[in-house]
Amino acid sequence: MAETRKNDRSPVQKPRLITPEHTVSSVTDKISSIVLKRKVGKGWIFGLLLSFAGLGMLTMAVAYLLFRGVGIWGLNQPVGWGFAIINFVWWIGIGHAGTLISAVLLLLRQEWRTSINRFAEAMTLFAVSCAGLFPLLHLGRPNKFYYLFPYPNTLGVWPQFRSPLVWDVFAVSTYAIVSLLFWYIGLIPDMATLRDRAKNRIGQFFYGILAMGWRGSARHWFRYETAYLLLAGLATPLVISVHSIVGLDFAASIIPGWHATIFPPYFVAGAIFAGFAMVLTLSIPLRKFYGLEDFITIKHLDNMAKIVLATGLLVAYGYMMECFSAWYSGNPYEQFMMANRMKGPYAPFYWALILCNAIIPQLFWMKRCRTNPAILFAVSIVVGIGMWLERFIIVVTSLHRDFLPSSWGMYWGSPWDWMTFIGTLGLFFSLLFLFIRFLPMISIFEMQVLVEDSREDGHKNEHP
Amino acid sequence: MSDPVFNFENLRKKLASLKGPKFWRSLDELAETEPFKQFLATEYPYGTADFDTPMERREFLKLMGASLLMTGLAGCKLPSFEKIVPYGKMPEQIIPGKPLYFATAMPFHGSALGLLVESHMGRPTKVEGNAKHPDSLGAAHAFAQASVLGLYDPDRSKVVMNAGRIRTWETFRAFMAAEIEKQEASQGAGLRLLTGTVSSPTLAWQIQLLLAKYPKAKWHSYDPVSQSRTREGSKLAFGEITDVIYDFNKADVIVSLDADFLFSMPTSVRYARDFAARRLQPESPKTMNRLYAVESAPTLTGASADHRFAVRPSEVGPLTAQLALKFGITLPSEIRAALPAAPEWLNAAAEDLKMHAGQSLVLTGEEQPPFVHALVHAINEKLGNRGKTVQTIAASDAYPLDQTESLRELARDLDQGSVDLLVVLGVNPVYEAPADLEMEKKLDRAGSLVHLGLYEDETASIAHWHIPETHYLEMFSDSRAADGTLTMIQPLIEPLYGGISAHEMVALLSGHPGKKGYDLLREYWKTQWSGLDFEIRWRRALHDGVAEGSKAAEKTREARSAFTAADFSGWVPAARSEGLELRFQPDPSVWDGRFANNAWLQELPKPLTTLTWENVAMLAPATAEKLGLTTGEIVQLEINHRSVEAPVLIQPGHPEKSVTVSLGYGRTRGGKIAAGIGYNAYLLRTAAEPYFSKGLSLSKTGRATPLALTQHHNSMEGRNLVRAAPLTEYLHHPDFAREHSHGNEDLSMYPKVEYKDYAWGMSVNLNACIGCNACIAACQSENNVPVVGKKEVLMGREMHWIRIDRYYEGSLDNPAILHQPVMCMHCENAPCEPVCPVGATVHSSEGLNEMVYNRCVGTRYCANNCPYKVRRFNFLEYNDKHIETLKMQRNPNVTVRARGVMEKCTFCVQRINEKRIESEKENRSLRDGEIVTACQASCPTQALTFGDINDKTSKVTAEKALPLSYGLLTELNTRPRLTYLARVTNPNPALTTGAPSHG
Repeated sequence: MAETRKNDRSPVQKPRLITPEHTVSSVTDKISSIVLKRKVGKGWIFGLLLSFAGLGMLTMAVAYLLFRGVGIWGLNQPVGWGFAIINFVWWIGIGHAGTLISAVLLLLRQEWRTSINRFAEAMTLFAVSCAGLFPLLHLGRPNKFYYLFPYPNTLGVWPQFRSPLVWDVFAVSTYAIVSLLFWYIGLIPDMATLRDRAKNRIGQFFYGILAMGWRGSARHWFRYETAYLLLAGLATPLVISVHSIVGLDFAASIIPGWHATIFPPYFVAGAIFAGFAMVLTLSIPLRKFYGLEDFITIKHLDNMAKIVLATGLLVAYGYMMECFSAWYSGNPYEQFMMANRMKGPYAPFYWALILCNAIIPQLFWMKRCRTNPAILFAVSIVVGIGMWLERFIIVVTSLHRDFLPSSWGMYWGSPWDWMTFIGTLGLFFSLLFLFIRFLPMISIFEMQVLVEDSREDGHKNEHP
Repeated sequence: MSDPVFNFENLRKKLASLKGPKFWRSLDELAETEPFKQFLATEYPYGTADFDTPMERREFLKLMGASLLMTGLAGCKLPSFEKIVPYGKMPEQIIPGKPLYFATAMPFHGSALGLLVESHMGRPTKVEGNAKHPDSLGAAHAFAQASVLGLYDPDRSKVVMNAGRIRTWETFRAFMAAEIEKQEASQGAGLRLLTGTVSSPTLAWQIQLLLAKYPKAKWHSYDPVSQSRTREGSKLAFGEITDVIYDFNKADVIVSLDADFLFSMPTSVRYARDFAARRLQPESPKTMNRLYAVESAPTLTGASADHRFAVRPSEVGPLTAQLALKFGITLPSEIRAALPAAPEWLNAAAEDLKMHAGQSLVLTGEEQPPFVHALVHAINEKLGNRGKTVQTIAASDAYPLDQTESLRELARDLDQGSVDLLVVLGVNPVYEAPADLEMEKKLDRAGSLVHLGLYEDETASIAHWHIPETHYLEMFSDSRAADGTLTMIQPLIEPLYGGISAHEMVALLSGHPGKKGYDLLREYWKTQWSGLDFEIRWRRALHDGVAEGSKAAEKTREARSAFTAADFSGWVPAARSEGLELRFQPDPSVWDGRFANNAWLQELPKPLTTLTWENVAMLAPATAEKLGLTTGEIVQLEINHRSVEAPVLIQPGHPEKSVTVSLGYGRTRGGKIAAGIGYNAYLLRTAAEPYFSKGLSLSKTGRATPLALTQHHNSMEGRNLVRAAPLTEYLHHPDFAREHSHGNEDLSMYPKVEYKDYAWGMSVNLNACIGCNACIAACQSENNVPVVGKKEVLMGREMHWIRIDRYYEGSLDNPAILHQPVMCMHCENAPCEPVCPVGATVHSSEGLNEMVYNRCVGTRYCANNCPYKVRRFNFLEYNDKHIETLKMQRNPNVTVRARGVMEKCTFCVQRINEKRIESEKENRSLRDGEIVTACQASCPTQALTFGDINDKTSKVTAEKALPLSYGLLTELNTRPRLTYLARVTNPNPALTTGAPSHG
């Protein structure tokens, strides 16, 4: 394995993605011990309980929602979409980094992805689960959600394929399935490692089932590599398609502020921006608490910060283009919409979003900021908030004052809106806490490969 | 039959031993095996298939009958063994699924509005105007539209109450008999009757008979909003109480001096029709009338005016006097001396009137004191308008008197303790009497207080006896239209909660306890319509709702043209610098409080303010600025040491230094909805100054409350939504409304759809629309539109399918006020349709944009994408599915929508289909005007026209072809089927002030 890869490698100096003292077995020990040996820490229990409380709140909010109807939220005429859609887009955006890291960076042979791809993929899955809740819950009649699927029925009624919401159903469900497969297939060799190392029967059984009989034979490895590569190829267009279609949910309408051709690419850039910010938000504490600084090195953080900076610039370009096309179109409704965003009742949110997404990330031009975990963490949180605000601005300010001034209104989330939103954060972190405790959060076998590689690189460095 | 064991030998023997043929179906039967018997038992469980016993004739017939019955019930689970009665003899006229219409009338505001009420299987569900009734001409105002909900109100009183306990009717009758007996001796000296304005000839006759029997008894009459001052004014002008009706059809120039004749007069529905008929008629634009409106608070009349002047209520009198001077009317010198200089516009208006002598009209409203009315009559007399645009007839009120004085007298008698038995018929003096009379305290002094009312209201709570009253849809009665035409009221349904009518109560007082309203009515009319054709006339009158030829005769008395100082009671010398004035008005939704428990009316956005569910203190922007007030701030209003707390609403166009409050709120009893909302403005009202008073002091409380307005933004933001121009511009550029349209009609990705059959469309004439809300209430009633409550309105979730958009344009102090009814435009390129993921909103072959409620999952994308924002979403379960009586009200032809589905205007598709079925049965196509939507039917001014736009001869096609016709937001290429006719105003070229400005 290592040999074949090595041959592809160009002789330029490799960045240090893993500290040189690590060996294949030390890597395995370190990562698998988090799952198998390490005692359940107080911090972990506290974190899980806190997240679980959030999940409980979500359950309550959803139960009441199903009992009373979407009227418990702050929705109204004219603002028919609110937190649910904002949160949906936000979570889907966060889910983007996983696929991007796994698939696109794999295809581009960006090796530094190795130590972060596993939990980035997990993050994607959990974020998509959170996102997937919202379109269901925001329906007036969630019990009839299956009307959106093209299932055979005696009425001969099909979904209405012109609607971007139908495209959304396909895009998001495809994305969720491919992400799950990708993640799971990547886990199989590590499951086998854990199965072999597990000391108790339950662990052996549990990991044994998940390992699906992996023995590590060359044939297994060959098939594994092929499948993984194919899935990566399959997942790559999804990175573009999912958020493009989410962008089309808005762009296909006629509402000023939504009806814009820039939306699909702008949404994709925003998604990657938010996704990488979230990976940073998660990886910085994780590497600290679990002592993974050796694996997730400053180099990783630096790279991610560069991507955040780049996508942030794309997003800022999007904001500029929105203003430009509103002005250039000569369309009074578009112009009013833009002026209303900047000067209307939601102006503080608009300017906060500009600050969070377009101005603060500029810190990453400085290497000092890119390599300082504390600053990185703070900025990543700011970007997360900024992206949420962006969706708020897009959804709410476009709707609340559209064509007929007689119908203008205001929108604010109700306590139930907030409970649902914070509840999904609870769901997300609950899943994440369980994940880091029960599954290897860094790909063991890929790190082994990396150890081999870096060792050889190291030798080269010593003997040029 | 799983294990048949046959002994074939036995079977053969058995067959051989039989005499005659024996038919057998199976070996099992022949063998009479146990399983076969069981089979028989389960197949014919009731022993009918008794194969053993020989059948008797009677048994046979019974079985035959049963079999026939069973064949008829094939498909049913089990025949019922309880006795059921077949629908063998159909109730006369009733065909299931087919509504019936009955003429009746709604007594209101001292008169009655003729109605045609739709009844489904005995349930009245929808109110329409009666085209034969002179005050309705087929239209009905929002109060009438909503009255059908009042009928089914679950809060109506249902039982006889005595001192807080439920009693039987017998106990009450016994009590009354005893009380009456006591009165016999004193000739009724202790008997008092308190009614509202009585326009029923029969009731008046009954009361007169009662008074003849008890000569010392007294009849008092009081309505908080009546025609009392108007009638006093006519007495001042003509020497006797006279009703004055106006013919707006013939008036070229109208000067309204604080008269809201389009909305709050008893005859407003009729007046609005006639007024609108003289607005712009595109085929003869020069015949357009001109309206100068002087008003003390913004009203719908002012909004429709060509010149609008906002003055304080006390300034209307001096203005009228100045106008009178210009027509040579003699005024006492002290009045003349007190008059300030006449404003310039008054001269222009006077000139205009003079140029149209005999074809003009000056009028004033009930709010103004009698002398203003008298001056107005004098001006009309001078202009030669009487007999042309002004008609004087005998009063329709059967007991015309100064109602305030009448109530004062009752209060005095109560104070003296000389009232043994006070019977209150349908009014609520505790709540609505002037505050200075302190009726609550005084009514306590009545020996016995008997209250007949629809609700257990404030008066019922202190009455000894409270008797449930019948709703007008449950009783027989009669009334008079404004022109005196006899109007019949007949019941559509038996009293839902028991109850008796005022007729029956008076009969009970007269010693005829069992007499029915029907008999009383006939008894009276037999005395009037002598002759053999009584039955024919009676039937005819009930059928038509009106008695033909019963118009009151015209009086020919001349109005005075000279006045003395004594005539000017209520004269307020103009002193502009003085403090705030307080002005009272009946609430446009709940009126004087009688409709406070009607949720439809509570949620109806009040004209101009779009306020729902409460009342406010309205004041001018300038006043608010001076006092530092904002909308929603709660202030304390104090006058004559009485005070209330009220939220402020800043109303553009309101006169400065004046505060307008609406009556009808702040109820403490009278139903779950009525009690506890708004504040009670009656607490500030005195007998001497019922409509306006000086010396109001206003102080801040530091608190604020959100107001449930349905429209928050008042400016069009320079958008071309309501298009309007003065007549002069229209004459030069008849297509001014189309100059700004840029829509490219043919731009579409999809092939153009041909509508080969019918193509439904609508045209809304903004020249006619006065913004009166009748259409909203009619739509609510027709289409089972739910009420959502104040909390939901505050969140912006009202459900009305049609709304009246209102915009202000021009200055803050006196802006042009523009109305625009907006409902689903049924766009041919409907933006809602392509975005629905489940195809729940689709286009019909006739161009209707249809909602499929069953299919809707509630993504709300359609509502987001609708540029007109006419879609309404059931965020919660808004329809009451528990209260039985409310279910009875609903239109059975319209789905009651569930939680989580979208809804919107359907162009009354149920009405289209009903007429289509009719036409198909007759094998013809639909005629123009055959289909009338609910909003269209209710519209007093006929502003809405509906029809087939494929029919080149239809009225709607003709309207759409006019240069005035324009579509809303057509630049979005929605191709709306609903278009508007732009508004044209007719300002006096000699005047620039007060003219609505149009940008």
